[in-house]
Amino acid sequence: MRHDEVRALAGAYLDGEADPLARSELEAHLAGCADCRQAVDAARGLSAALRAEAEYFEAPDGLAARLAAAAAPAPPRRARPRQAWWRAPALAALALVAMLSGGIGYWAAVAVPRDGILGQVVDAHVRSLLAQHLTDVASSDQHTVKPWFNGRIDGAPPVRDLTVEGFPLVGGRLDYLDGRPVAALVYRHRQHPINLFVWPHRDGSAEPALATERRGYNIRHWQAGDLDYWLVSDLDMAELAQLEALLRRP
Amino acid sequence: MSEGSGPVPFEQAVLPHLNAAYNLARWLTRNPHDAEDVVQEAYLRAVRYYGGFSGGDGKAWLLSIVRHTCFTWLRKNRPAELAPLDEEAASAVDGEADPADPETLALAARDRALLNRLIQALPPEFREVIVLRELEELSYREISAVTAVPVGTVMSRLARARARLRRAWLAARAGEGHHAA
Repeated sequence: MRHDEVRALAGAYLDGEADPLARSELEAHLAGCADCRQAVDAARGLSAALRAEAEYFEAPDGLAARLAAAAAPAPPRRARPRQAWWRAPALAALALVAMLSGGIGYWAAVAVPRDGILGQVVDAHVRSLLAQHLTDVASSDQHTVKPWFNGRIDGAPPVRDLTVEGFPLVGGRLDYLDGRPVAALVYRHRQHPINLFVWPHRDGSAEPALATERRGYNIRHWQAGDLDYWLVSDLDMAELAQLEALLRRP
Repeated sequence: MSEGSGPVPFEQAVLPHLNAAYNLARWLTRNPHDAEDVVQEAYLRAVRYYGGFSGGDGKAWLLSIVRHTCFTWLRKNRPAELAPLDEEAASAVDGEADPADPETLALAARDRALLNRLIQALPPEFREVIVLRELEELSYREISAVTAVPVGTVMSRLARARARLRRAWLAARAGEGHHAA
């Protein structure tokens, strides 16, 4: 292989894109040519400098939310436009009436099919990320977050901050799942947002505890006391299990 | 419980590549406001065409839409930047002896601002292959898919872009005089 061919091929060679024959000819040439070795080293150095120093522009905060808003279909006018009411319009509308008319707790609301609860919790998790609306009340103080839910849902969810253990509480949010308003508590671990959905257990819906994956997100579910707990995150299952263990500590 | 099946939801196929999309748009439009506009327009196109996306490489597909939107934008707003490249002149550039030695190029790593300026100074077709190769680490085949040119053209554009960067960097250093390293 001639020197000019080596120079021409050096970039592709370093990128791992040269075919095996060309690669072996090039390396054979380099073995005996210091000038070309230096040129290849220089090329390697330039690529390394570019990779290390060239700026990688990350999307600014809020761009994801703006895109989601721009692309989403116009929501009908209602109390909670973020929620996926259109998935079960008649049932959801009835539930809204029940909620707004007051004096009706979870149980009296319309029976929404339990199938697809996994899909619903994942959807709710993804929605909270897409719209960058993770929290309605942003605080890691349980004495701020817990009372925020008063009047918004029946009862108050147990709230604890686990910053010391590596799972800081980011805040709380009102979400809508399984036919009713539920509490969402948001944690973070190593840049991964985690949603914990909590709602009163419903008679007749003995959901076994489970740990599974849906659409790339890990999910853990358990019951404790009279509450159902659902954890959703792209965090790996082992670490999500750690969080469950911490939450279930007495 | 049965796993979810069916096509990957759009937000999962595309949203993870938002940084890659913005980075490419930012390097091509060279300012944050226009980059956001372009990404938004590209994203809306991607949403519209997603029905036709059969899976595979979501990143390359999204970047090809972003790239196309950028060049349309450039044609409209900065046509002077798109002077036609002479693809045939490659041999004159590739054959010359490399003037840089590894130590001086290692020094380039410390001059981040200069390096970024030099990349910005490249014509858009050279700038994009440098970004896609060095920053996004796409293969030649993926770059070919994103830029809609043959792999051979990708290879020659990369080689020429890198040669230009090397020469421009040396010229800039020479122009500045000798600095204490």
